Amino acid sequence: MIPFVIDGQSVEGKEDGNVLEVALDAGIEIPHLCYHESVKSYGACRLCLVEVVRNGRSRMTTSCTYPVQKGIEVLTRTDKVLRARRMMIELILAMCPGDTRIREMAEEMGVEEVRFKKEEKDCILCGLCARVCDEVVGAHAIQFAFRGDRKEMLPPFAGEAMNCIACGACVVVCPVNVIGMKEQGDERTILRWKRTLKLKKCKVCGNTFAPWFQLEQFREKAKLPKDFYDTCYTCRS
Amino acid sequence: MGRISSPQALEQLRKEIIEGRDPHQPCITVCTGTGCHASGCHQVVDAFKKILQSHPEGRRVNLRLTGCHGFCEKGPLVVIHPQKILYQRVKPENAQEIFQETVLGGKVLEALLYEHPTTKQKIVQEDQVPFYQKQTRIIFGNNGSIDPTRIEDYLAVGGYRALCKALFSMKPEEVIREVKEAKLRGRGGGGFPAGVKWESCRHAADPVKYVICNADEGDPGAYMDRSLLEGNPHSVLEGMIIGAFAIGSHEGYVYVRNEYPLAVINIGVAIQQAQELGLVGKNILGSGFDFDVRISRGGGAFVCGESSALVASIAGDVGEPRAKHIHLVESGLWDKPTNLNNVETWANVPVIVDKGAAWYKKIGTEGSKGTKIFSLVGKVNNTGLVEVPMGISLREIIYDMGGGIPGGKKFKAVQTGGPSGGCIPESLIDLPVDFDRLTEVGSMMGSGGMIVMDESTCMVDVAKYFMNFLKDESCGKCTSCREGTKRMHEILVEITEGRGTMEHIDLLEELGWVTAEASLCQLGGTAPNPVLSTLRYFKDEYKEHIVNKRCSAKVCRQLLHYTILSDVCTSCGACVKACPSGAIGGGKRKTKKEAGIPFKIDAEKCIKCGMCFETCKFKAIDVH
Repeated sequence: MIPFVIDGQSVEGKEDGNVLEVALDAGIEIPHLCYHESVKSYGACRLCLVEVVRNGRSRMTTSCTYPVQKGIEVLTRTDKVLRARRMMIELILAMCPGDTRIREMAEEMGVEEVRFKKEEKDCILCGLCARVCDEVVGAHAIQFAFRGDRKEMLPPFAGEAMNCIACGACVVVCPVNVIGMKEQGDERTILRWKRTLKLKKCKVCGNTFAPWFQLEQFREKAKLPKDFYDTCYTCRS
Repeated sequence: MGRISSPQALEQLRKEIIEGRDPHQPCITVCTGTGCHASGCHQVVDAFKKILQSHPEGRRVNLRLTGCHGFCEKGPLVVIHPQKILYQRVKPENAQEIFQETVLGGKVLEALLYEHPTTKQKIVQEDQVPFYQKQTRIIFGNNGSIDPTRIEDYLAVGGYRALCKALFSMKPEEVIREVKEAKLRGRGGGGFPAGVKWESCRHAADPVKYVICNADEGDPGAYMDRSLLEGNPHSVLEGMIIGAFAIGSHEGYVYVRNEYPLAVINIGVAIQQAQELGLVGKNILGSGFDFDVRISRGGGAFVCGESSALVASIAGDVGEPRAKHIHLVESGLWDKPTNLNNVETWANVPVIVDKGAAWYKKIGTEGSKGTKIFSLVGKVNNTGLVEVPMGISLREIIYDMGGGIPGGKKFKAVQTGGPSGGCIPESLIDLPVDFDRLTEVGSMMGSGGMIVMDESTCMVDVAKYFMNFLKDESCGKCTSCREGTKRMHEILVEITEGRGTMEHIDLLEELGWVTAEASLCQLGGTAPNPVLSTLRYFKDEYKEHIVNKRCSAKVCRQLLHYTILSDVCTSCGACVKACPSGAIGGGKRKTKKEAGIPFKIDAEKCIKCGMCFETCKFKAIDVH
């Protein structure tokens, strides 16, 4: 464990850890949107900005991407940090003025009015969905398209995400809850990726439990017997 | 030519090449660089080829297609050797006369010579032209005399001599010491000491290391790296091989944008020729050192010039910068130690090794040694590429080499450092140009773009132009950069269209601060410079747009008012026809029988397109 200091409080972090996770574990609040403990840090939303003092020099950086280092001093609430975070949340709020969570975060940071033209976007381009899909699920179904102010999170060629196994992991991690999943009859749809898959029925209880395509993928990857997924998780255990 | 396996054999080959050449043999060199290409040099080349093939004397005349000479304003450029007569703006129909009169007859054709803009004196030789006289062309100088597709030409001017020196009489550490001693700083924009970077990369633990040449030059109006790679690719390659030897790397990449097709071809030809001669590949010149180079073509995203985004792009990933807590020299391409330098930095290496750090250090200022190639463009008489010693003043570059501002207009500002550089006002025109001084005044060296602006340039519009570029070219990962550049652009649009408020100025300053401070890479870190530097030096112009709703440079269309001067108007009616919005009326067209009544512009209907102003032959349209 590596010792360092956050806001005067002594903390310890894992060697390959980052400052944000240590702060959150220690109960020090740092706002964040694009960070999730199960995937690699990306540093897109820039809300988790902190000041890091190292070798007497201070710089502002995102705590989610800053590696735990011995002897550093992290300041999470300096004027500079709060000022930058306020602008960041205002910029995000201007993108998605309709989002409740963003509005609440903005209010907490003292931002009530947006000084920019309001847009009607919903996605904040944090990239969590794609990271979970790549790193946790391994389906690689979606990715960012374009760059600059035209950047978008899209299924390939803006059509149906053909690699998507409709597991719903992206739906769970999305901080602004804009992906959407719907089940109707024996079909599951991931709305944003335009992906609809047939669900498999359990041989024992008769309930639908997961998409066929997903189970086939898992079975192939894990080299499981052909009938492995004939029964649902509940009936098997 | 076969594979060469010793430095002696290389020297022997060089001797044979030089001795096989008659210094008195007439040679027509035609610049085929990008600028001359655009002004039609290939038709001139074809005309010369035809004449040389059909004329009995043609066989004893050499025709050499060279890279960019730099004096692009006057292209196509033709230089006749051995007399070194410079002909400018040569057309295909001049070829016959040049061949007959100058090449065969030894006569100088007055009409094609460059005329000194003030003394009106005709200048015969290339090196007598003021544009070239103040330059120190240690990197760019050979461009005009060698054919980039012939390695013999590069060998004839001493090429690969530095490589021999490094491989056979220096240890890798000594090469690094020499580069450190020369205080070579990265020419891509960062200005980081190259030798220090090499040393860190050499000391990195992993035995597999990469060297990369960054040829992703993407600043609007800048083309120095392009011209080097097109015109003298072997100098860049030689620098890379020496660097790889010093660092202990055996594999290199040239990352060049596919929008530079000739650069891609020429560096490819150079690598192949060097491989055939044994200058690249296994056991280079029998030294036991191996080094291979590959070309990686970029898709033209500006952000891929950023080192970590470039490395991601080579690896086939999305070109996005990554967090900088781990340097590329520790973990770069495929997580291996990687040393990345820009085209011009690499091209400096053979010169330093060949002539020594002590010689090199004499050029430049305390903190910035050597020369820098600038691409001098915009409102300046002599557009082109200039290579100048560090520390030269902006005035010398713009007036002595650039020949001043065209049309007798007043100089207003010069923008350096590319899109994320800044605008330097007239009051600072005597500023010595080096890395540190440009940063001090809120601009930067960048890769060497220099855009001259005159009184007809609106500084708010300039900021808007660059912000538009940056909002498109940001990778879009950091909220601060993606949204910051977008919103700054949006506000600048408001101001230039007459909807600006004084609060907008504060908001621009705040956005500028956040974009620079909170973004990950230096694209975001420097993106607000066009806004912040124009606010710093030209705040009055912003206020004029906001408070008076006026643009005195007459650039921001929405702020202009068009009126017809009734005492000048001849009632010809041309403007009425030209007006696309039917805003001109109220008068009566004159006929043969009766005089007309002057027209008027309905301000409500006027869309401020300027068609009436363009059309009126009598200067009866007033714009203010």
